[in-house]
Amino acid sequence: MREITVDDLPDIARGAAVLGTGGGGDPYIGRLLAQEAMRRHGPVPLVDPMDLPDDAVVIPTAVMGAPTVMLEKLPSGTELVTALRALEDLIGKRATHTVSIEAGGLNSVIPFATAAEVGLPMVDADGMGRAFPELQMLMPTLGGISATPMAIADERGNAISMTTLDNAWAERFARTATIEMGCSSAVSLYALTGKQTKEFMVHGTISLTQRIGVAIREAAAAHRDPVAATAEVLGGRRVFRGKLVDVRRGTEGGFARGEVRLEGLGEDLGSHLDIAVQNENLVAVRDGVVLASVPDLICVLDTDTGEPVTTEMLRYGLRVSVVVAPCDPRWRSPEGLALTGPAYFGYDHEYVPV
Amino acid sequence: MTGLLRLGIDVGGTNTDAVLIDGQRVVAATKTSTTSDVTSGIVAAIADLETSSGFDPAQVSAVMIGTTHFINALVEGTRLTPTAAIRFGLPATSALPPLVDWPDRLRAVIGGHSYLCHGGHEYDGSQIADFDERELREVVDKALQAGARSFAVSSVFSPVNAEFELRAAQVIAEVAPGAPISLSHDIGRMGLLGRENATVINAALRDLADQVTTGLSQTVTSAGIAAPVFLSQNDGTLMDVDYARRYPVATFASGPTNSMRGAAFLSQQLDCAVVDVGGTTTDVGILQSGFPREASSDVAVAGVQTNFRMPDVLSVGIGGGSLVDGDAAAPLVGPQSVGYRLTEQALVFGGDRLTATDLAVAAGLADIGDRDRVAHLDAAFVRAALDGIGERMGEIVDRMRISADPVPVVAVGGGSILVPDELVGASSVMRPEHHAVANAIGAAIAEVGGEVDRVFSVSPGQREAVLDEARQEAVDRATAAGARPGSVRVVDIEEVPLAYLPGNATRIRVKAVGELSLGGDHHA
Repeated sequence: MREITVDDLPDIARGAAVLGTGGGGDPYIGRLLAQEAMRRHGPVPLVDPMDLPDDAVVIPTAVMGAPTVMLEKLPSGTELVTALRALEDLIGKRATHTVSIEAGGLNSVIPFATAAEVGLPMVDADGMGRAFPELQMLMPTLGGISATPMAIADERGNAISMTTLDNAWAERFARTATIEMGCSSAVSLYALTGKQTKEFMVHGTISLTQRIGVAIREAAAAHRDPVAATAEVLGGRRVFRGKLVDVRRGTEGGFARGEVRLEGLGEDLGSHLDIAVQNENLVAVRDGVVLASVPDLICVLDTDTGEPVTTEMLRYGLRVSVVVAPCDPRWRSPEGLALTGPAYFGYDHEYVPV
Repeated sequence: MTGLLRLGIDVGGTNTDAVLIDGQRVVAATKTSTTSDVTSGIVAAIADLETSSGFDPAQVSAVMIGTTHFINALVEGTRLTPTAAIRFGLPATSALPPLVDWPDRLRAVIGGHSYLCHGGHEYDGSQIADFDERELREVVDKALQAGARSFAVSSVFSPVNAEFELRAAQVIAEVAPGAPISLSHDIGRMGLLGRENATVINAALRDLADQVTTGLSQTVTSAGIAAPVFLSQNDGTLMDVDYARRYPVATFASGPTNSMRGAAFLSQQLDCAVVDVGGTTTDVGILQSGFPREASSDVAVAGVQTNFRMPDVLSVGIGGGSLVDGDAAAPLVGPQSVGYRLTEQALVFGGDRLTATDLAVAAGLADIGDRDRVAHLDAAFVRAALDGIGERMGEIVDRMRISADPVPVVAVGGGSILVPDELVGASSVMRPEHHAVANAIGAAIAEVGGEVDRVFSVSPGQREAVLDEARQEAVDRATAAGARPGSVRVVDIEEVPLAYLPGNATRIRVKAVGELSLGGDHHA
């Protein structure tokens, strides 16, 4: 166990945006929430999942909704606690720990705010090892663990509890409720035992976000290549360096879908890389050949600074590098691919591991 | 003479530049030192122009001024007004109250008065909570007692619905008559904290803006010029003195913008790369349709996160004063520089430091100082070092351009002689006359703009109609701001569909600009 302080948050947020692979929401607001909660209540202990007692009660907290709305209608801070307490009431147990469901983007740092607020330690793990757009896309789903009972809360004090047939239904109902709450809500779901956390969550991912953030910051300060430093920490590789020459966007069913085209620079001169986007970067195609796809990570970084570039920041003329990195091996099983592979997102190519 | 002379003045940290423009022609230009009171530097510059051109002050139809005064005041944390930041958003937003991420020192300087009230709107325009007038009156009383003299009001989703901010302004005007009020929907874009921070900065600059705009107007009048005075905004458009008095924050990035637009005007290029070579750095920016391409990320000013759009500028540490070392096989230029001491320390000026300017003189590119003092330099070394400078500048231009097509390059600034005639990625390299006063020229030629930045619901098949609506609104705003009807055109449209929102919510930003409506237009 170690303590995470306010000073650790900027690196964690930066690394979280890299694992967000373009989506997951801008961690800036999440970082501020955690920062303010820690300033009031002190640092948050971060616990290795292997150190959890088997009967620990691990309750994740997260925010759900439209990232643009969260930048405007900021949280009150109470909705996270309301959701957590509502779920505790549903299962009849008090949480001993909280945890992140999604290490990529905003939800990596959100549980720090909850943890500081209610005085719980946080587990160094998450449910995805990256960001995904739907709440059934969690490793515990593969383990047959139900997302529900689940609680959704808003800043007014409303709390909705639900139990659903399966995790896909939970996603549908939760999204509808979130829209009614003004397109942003706090959720608590996937209550886990310590044993289940060890078995089904992705370990060490909060520390990973911190290592990525530190690597980018230190490389940029020392005028070393921050993109190479990121690839090394992720165990991935840089596959392209180029300039953004085209962005096509649209929304379908509430998801921002788009196509991004990069034109090669330097050693990639003369090549093109196309990235298909649905909130997150889904598929990377180099000169017509699929190079990488979900569930592996496709990270777009600013070539000069190494800072992660989110889908909503994509603009003509940006100079970016693309790093691909392997996902948690469990996502590569037939069940994992059925949940998060290219076919689920409507692509007909075979999954090619990076 | 058309009788429509424009006087452009750029008040920088070091120099005050002034130019007189008649239509497309530069009539006269001057460079003087900036004075701490700003105005006496302007008086000197105008006097200089009168001496050199003999222009008749009565012939001046408009005076355009670009100034770094307000951003400097913020950076220095001086001359700021104690300000109350009032936000409508409860029961939401309380986790991150106004001034939440400000540097401690700056928060203390403006008094740290941060208040939350019930209200604001949801993304779809419905209310988060009802307007509570009593709650607001109590907050205003408390703020006044705590010493606040200027008010910054923000409200959740005010770019979609400004009702709370407008009602609050009425109440504040009743409780604190005459106190300046800044409303966030007038100042910033979507993104509450960035917009609110910009509004608080604006509010804290209101007293200073009163003094500066009054001083500027008086200075111009006492020079015998009866023409209206305008200030340059971040995006290269103009605001009149009364607007500047209320929105000083809009001047923040006008410096680099004016420089780039002045370069474009001098070279008659609307789409080009501008390479501005100063004493220590070379700054490269891109002009699209005559306006600077904006940076993609939010900009922190004096440690405060704002959502201003700033020009996208890439810098490299090479300038006229850069120190030169190494040998012909591996010449080293910069980033260390003698800076403004060039005329004391460079070899050609009798100093003992080898600078990039000395290389240019040795190679016969420039004829300044004493050429004999660099005659001993090895020709191969001089060539290799200058080639190295050219390569690095070419690399920056190449990284900035937006397509594989070569772009015209306009070189400006005191060290622009260092830009080679042939540059990788450049279709041509131009070095226009008067390039040293590009800033003031950019101010003089500025136009009037209007902008829309909102979330629209775009139903299937309605995209064109919604875009037309947004375009028209931007054009109307430009006209209302003083653009000549008929000259207004749309220069930028950006559409960003928003994730996880129903109803195909799309953020649309449209910018329109037109020629300043000068005296005479209305009588035609």
